[in-house]
Amino acid sequence: MITIENLTFRYGPRAKPVFLGFSWHVAPGEAWSIIGPSGCGKTTLLMLIAGLRRVSRGTIRVGETVITRPRPETGLILQDFGLLPWATVWDNVALGLRVRRFYGPDGKHAPRGQPPPSRKEARRMVEEWLRRLNIYEQRDRFPGAISGGQRQRTAIARTLALQPDLLLMDEPFSSLDAPTREDLQNLILQLRAEMNLTSVIVTHAIEEAAILGRKILVLGEPPNTAPLIVDNPGAGSPGYRSTVDFLDKCTELRTLMGLAH
Amino acid sequence: MHRTTHVDGSGPLTAAEAEVSPNAVSLVRDALRASGARLLNLTLALSIFAACWTALAAALRRDIMPYPWEVLPVFVSEMQGDLWNHMVASAGRVLKATALATLIATPVGLGLGQIRLLNRIFSPLIGLVHPIPKIVFLPVILVIMGIGETSKVFLIALILFFQILVVVRDEAASLRPELIQSVRSLGAGRRALFRFVYLPASLPAVLTALRVSVGTAIAVLFIAEQYSTRQGLGYYIVTLTWQRLRFEKMYAGILAMSLLGLILYLAVDALERIVGRWRHAGES
Repeated sequence: MITIENLTFRYGPRAKPVFLGFSWHVAPGEAWSIIGPSGCGKTTLLMLIAGLRRVSRGTIRVGETVITRPRPETGLILQDFGLLPWATVWDNVALGLRVRRFYGPDGKHAPRGQPPPSRKEARRMVEEWLRRLNIYEQRDRFPGAISGGQRQRTAIARTLALQPDLLLMDEPFSSLDAPTREDLQNLILQLRAEMNLTSVIVTHAIEEAAILGRKILVLGEPPNTAPLIVDNPGAGSPGYRSTVDFLDKCTELRTLMGLAH
Repeated sequence: MHRTTHVDGSGPLTAAEAEVSPNAVSLVRDALRASGARLLNLTLALSIFAACWTALAAALRRDIMPYPWEVLPVFVSEMQGDLWNHMVASAGRVLKATALATLIATPVGLGLGQIRLLNRIFSPLIGLVHPIPKIVFLPVILVIMGIGETSKVFLIALILFFQILVVVRDEAASLRPELIQSVRSLGAGRRALFRFVYLPASLPAVLTALRVSVGTAIAVLFIAEQYSTRQGLGYYIVTLTWQRLRFEKMYAGILAMSLLGLILYLAVDALERIVGRWRHAGES
């Protein structure tokens, strides 16, 4: 699904590289977490895969596409939700579908081949996602008037309404309180299983990485040259949070990040 | 959000009420109550205004300050003829200038707000030129652009231009990069960003700028219309009536100009309220 070859990235011509000759592969259907201390380049890596930053050297391929710009089949969810403050929950969820209708199936902004949904179809899809994510009652309210959890649900609905095959998430639940966070983590696990999504989630929380990632990429102080990968096959199974395996995995990650004493 | 409880009308539901959903009934009732309250406020304001005017006229007892009941009939009859044409001419100039300033200042403001380098180059210049009272350029503009319609529209547009430019620039600069990134990740390129992000983001800013500056624009129009034109409220008030000592007619002109300002202000204010509904979303 994602193939990164020989990636080099730096923020300026003379800046220290964040990635140097870095290669990494994600197979279709895999669930990855990326973890590391702040400044390690985990968000940068996600933005590169999303096509919102350009590589300095090397290639990133997602599906069949070499990434130079956002790829229409990739979904992205950010920590601060990225909702339009002047649009209602309904209009925010409909935004992606409207963008697709705006361009038509040009292969650049919207997937080639499949015609964008008609207005009526789009309405049905928006309603379905609002109900699925339990925010249908909030549909006429503005983002400023709903809770953080509801905002993140709106952002998730907006992204999933476009039926992505790859879901990228950058610290999606960091600004939420613990019960809401756990609730949404479970929701992501469910949706991922249902939709057969490939997913990559960036987080600084060790527990979150272990709950959501069946494979975990640990990044360190830049420059990152080779991926350090931890297998975590238990992730996603019911009740994993309270198993000894889970706690062991968290300890292992802590040690790798140089935090255990 | 509008789920008001039925405080009054506590008796049994009438047939009409039972058929409409209670929510719709209370929505209509709220709207009526709100417009009723506004009407009451307006009546009150007009009464106080008329009372002050009358008191002033009684205190001065001079030709230059007639009573409201002497002016009002003149206003009504003049509005059926000449005065109406002058008002239309003035309104046309303001609207043309508004359209011109908005169409140019909005994209420039968006560009400055989104491209940091441009902003760094041009902001000091804007900071320097913005506070200059543009009316001082009236003689220059009259000479360069001629004595016709263009010079007047240009002068007003110049005032509105800087107001809109500054507000739109600041609004565009305050759009968080995360917002732009996440909309781009939905597939939006430059055109879709403009249509779905920049345009709706700058619309309330444009209206705010217009609401703040429409008064200044009309004041400048008043001055500009005293030069080289035979049309417009400024010409009517100064040349046609004041200089000929026709004070009742002059006040009819002043009323018309006030009305023009009031109508424009209320129109912009109403638009701003509709477009900016979301700004108050957190308060309910």
